[in-house]
Parts: sequence; C-alpha cells; structure tokens
Amino acid sequence: MDSSISTKYTVNKIITYTVLIIFAIIMLVPFVWMILTAIKTNQEAISVDPFYIFPHNGWHFENFATVWKSYNFITLYKNTILFIIFRVICACLTATMAGYAFGRLEFPGKKILFSLVLIQMMIPAQIFVIPQYLMVSKLHILNTTAGLVFPGLVTAFGTYLLKTGYQSLPKDLEEAAAIDGCNIGQTFLFIMMPLTRSSMVSLGIFTALFAFKDLMWPMIVCTNASTTTLSAGLAKMQGQYGSDYPAMMAAAVLAIVPMIVIYIIFQKQFVEGIATSGGKL
Amino acid sequence: MTKKKMTPSQKRQAIWGWAFVLPSILGLIVLNYYPAINTVYQSLCKTGDFGKGNIFVGLNNYKTVLGSAEVWQSLWNTVKYAIVEVPLGIVIALLLAVLMQKKLAGKTLFRTLFFLPMVCAPAAVAMVWKWLYNQQFGLLNNVFHTNVAWISDPKIAWISVGIIGVWSIIGYNMVLFIGGLQEIPKDYYEAAQIDGASSIRQFFSITVPLLSPTTFFIVQTRIIGALTVFDLMFMVMDKTNLALNKTQSIVYLFYTYAFTNGNRGYGAAIVMVLVVFIMIVTFFLQKLEKKIVYYN
Repeated sequence: MDSSISTKYTVNKIITYTVLIIFAIIMLVPFVWMILTAIKTNQEAISVDPFYIFPHNGWHFENFATVWKSYNFITLYKNTILFIIFRVICACLTATMAGYAFGRLEFPGKKILFSLVLIQMMIPAQIFVIPQYLMVSKLHILNTTAGLVFPGLVTAFGTYLLKTGYQSLPKDLEEAAAIDGCNIGQTFLFIMMPLTRSSMVSLGIFTALFAFKDLMWPMIVCTNASTTTLSAGLAKMQGQYGSDYPAMMAAAVLAIVPMIVIYIIFQKQFVEGIATSGGKL
Repeated sequence: MTKKKMTPSQKRQAIWGWAFVLPSILGLIVLNYYPAINTVYQSLCKTGDFGKGNIFVGLNNYKTVLGSAEVWQSLWNTVKYAIVEVPLGIVIALLLAVLMQKKLAGKTLFRTLFFLPMVCAPAAVAMVWKWLYNQQFGLLNNVFHTNVAWISDPKIAWISVGIIGVWSIIGYNMVLFIGGLQEIPKDYYEAAQIDGASSIRQFFSITVPLLSPTTFFIVQTRIIGALTVFDLMFMVMDKTNLALNKTQSIVYLFYTYAFTNGNRGYGAAIVMVLVVFIMIVTFFLQKLEKKIVYYN
C-alpha cells in the first residue's frame, strides 16, 4: 500500500517535471537561437544543416559591434530611456494625485469625474491615435521625446490603480495627521503617498514595460532613425537589412538584454507588479 | 444638484480634491476624449491632399469600408488570430500554473523563464520567430526536415503568427492564474481528499469554479488584446508577403491606411468598425460573465 502511494507520487513528480521542462525548452529555444545566430557569420547562419547549431569557425561577437555602430544603438538606448523615464514620472505623478483625491477626499462632481476615468479604460486606444498624431504634429514635437511621451502624460488605468491603493489604507490615518496639524497637502505628501509605494512600483513597472514594448506610436511619431526607440528602430532595421540574419539577431539581442537584466534583478517586483495591476499589456 | 452650504473644512477638501484631479481629468479630456470624438468626425471626412483640410463626405468612408472585402477579411483574420492565441494561451498557462502549485525544486527558475517574453519587445520577439520560421534557412524546417512556408502560406500563416502570440502570453496568463489559485482556500482540497476525490475530480469540482473570476478576467483582457494585435503582425508580415491579405489584423490595416498611405478619414472609419466590434464582443462577454462566473 505504502509503496504504491509513493510510486504514484514519484510518477506524478516525473510527469510534472517533464511538462515543465518541455515548456521551458519551448520558451528558451527562440532566445538561444537568437544568440547563436548573432555570433555566426551569415554564411553559417544560412547553411542548411540541422546539426550545424553552434558556430564552427569562432564566435563572431563583431556582429554586435557592427550593428552597435551602424544602427547607432547609443542613440536608441538614450531615446528609449528618456521615453521610459518621462512616461513613468508623468504617470506616477498625475495618477497618485488623482488617485488620492478619488480614493480619500470628498468633492462635488467626484462620481462624474471618476466615470471619465473608468470609461477611458474601456475604449480601445486605437481610436485616439490619429488625432493624437495630428496634435503632436501641430505642436511641432514630431521626432522628439516630448512627442513620444505625449499620449502618456496622464493615465486612466494608473489613476484607477492608485485609487484602489489609497482606498485600501486604514481609515483613521487622516484624522491622526489632522490632529498633528497637517493640512491635506501635507497629509498626502508625507503620510499617504509613502504608504502606496507598492502600487506606485506596480504602475511604474507597468508603464515602463508598456513604453518599452510599444511599437506603433514610436513608428508614427519618430520617423527619423536618430529620434526613435529600440522597438521602432528594430522595425526600421528589419525593413532595410532583413536578410543579414546574424546582424538582425544581434540587434534583437541588444534591444532586449537591458530589460531582461533589469527584470532578473527585480523579478519579484516585476511579476507581482504585473499580476496585481492586472493591466493589459 | 442642490446647492448646500459647505463647511470650511468641506470646502478645503473640495478645493484640494479638484486641484489633485485637475491634471488627470484635463489630460484625459485633451488626450483621449477629444481625440475619440475627433476620430468619429474624421471618419466622416475625406482627407485632403497633403493631409490638409478635411472635406466632409458623410458616410462615404463607411460605405467603402463596409463594402471592402479587405476590411472584412482583416476582421476575420483578427478573429482567427484570437481563436489561436486566446484558448491556447489560457489552457497552457492554466496547466503550468496548476503544476507550479506543487512543491518543486526550481520553481522560481521556471516562473522566471515562462514570464521572460513579457519583458521582451514584441518587435524583437517577432524578428526571432520570423527567422525560426524562415522557409529556406529556418530552424524549424531544418530540424523537422520539412519545407513549410510557415508565414507565407495563406493557409497556415495565421496559425504561425498565433503561435508567436501564445508563446508571448503564456507567462503573463500563468502569473495571473497563480495569483488566483493562491486565493482558493486549502481546506477545500483537504476535505475533498478525505472524501477520496481524485486530483482530476478536484480540479474540475474545486479549482475550475473557484478560479472562474480569474479565468474570466484573463479571457476578457486577452480577447480584447488579441483583437487589437499589431506589433507581431507588423513585424512578421512584410508588405510583400503572399499571405498578407489572409493574415493581417484590422489594426495593421488601420495603420497602413492612416499612416503609411496617409488616408486618415478611411483609417478612422476602420477604427470605428473595430471599436463597434469590440463593444459588441464586450457586451456579450458581460452577459456571459453573469452566467458562468462563480462569485463567492
């Protein structure tokens, strides 16, 4: 009896690991192939031999150096980082203020104004794109960081997320602050805001990832190769040099590695941030 | 609204409240509400030459859009993409999430790995998959000794693109499922075990109903996400791809008309079709939610 239970247990374990490992391999193959191709010569990359997996005549790291120079990766990184930083600052700043007001304060028109936030989240974002582009164009900020950041100056989703964050805080905090002589602004800044740090981190990660992954908006606003982001830059490269496979893969590696490193360091925050915010990426 | 006299403290609160929501509300009006209305207006206009001047043409764009085989085809393509991505992405993610509930060595490693595509730019992901799918030199055809035109055969290209979508989304869905699974009280399972229910029976009688709010949330966000797919499509499907017509999504078509061709009026009309379609889908999903989702 006892041994049959333990056999069943072992079989269960084996099946579990087998399934997980199979999927782990499926998840890994594209990454591995991307890196392996990136260090081959084009000749090697297009040799049709299933066992020709690893590069045979040395690892050609110079592919990275080549794309780094010819696609001006420093500029792409710089543009992307600025884009992300400003998006995150704008989103956190406006959302935390509005979230606090919606979550903790009473004021006339609150319900109607909050419904504006909720309705925005239900509208597909594609409906905003053409007029947003025309506005950016009229403001003469095409091909600038300001133009990239523009649609992300405020965030309905972030406002909603932080409102929930503020609402979950204990009720008597404000009273205690008021007794200590804080006005509403001070209460918000010194007492309430620090307590919603985890919601802010979630929103920050969400916003950063969204900006990093966004393709359509950077392609529309930054048509100039020296002003665009990594994602849109890759699209441009593919259009121009699509058949130099090692170069393409080297570029793809360069584009995703920084975010992967950040993700591995801040894994817990990433996974929890995305899971709790439940935002649509 | 009846005007009540506010106490000084209420007044103070109201002023702070308005001041705090002002940037967001102003932003939403300028960046979202005005554009939404403007898109509706533009869909009734013909874009003048050189992008200058809109000429009001009434429902002309809609007549063209609704009579266009291309638009209907792309809408159908989008639905086909969703049919691949949504169910597969959800079933696989649920399977992995359930397996990850057990005590396992290397659990964090698996989770990190499955979630990895979520932090990668879809543009890069699509490039790699395009290379894997390459008919002449791609890894897939080499390993399996096949000669399949994965992404240029109109009959299968939509599945191939859908699989990239599945690969990209599994980790995200899985993390949401793990969150949902952790909220199910453990004693349900203990009680079931005492009654001698098998794991499969436990899965269908406890996990599935109690997880249904999470599942529904994922289904809903994924359907809408899939119906607005763009990045993967754009990167994988070149303009010269033979399967483009039978694969491109409606947002891709919108992008092509509104921005590549600069025909904003027509592009706006395509977006309106998408919006109406998504609203219909959302409506039915809400109806469905009341029927199948089990709330405690």
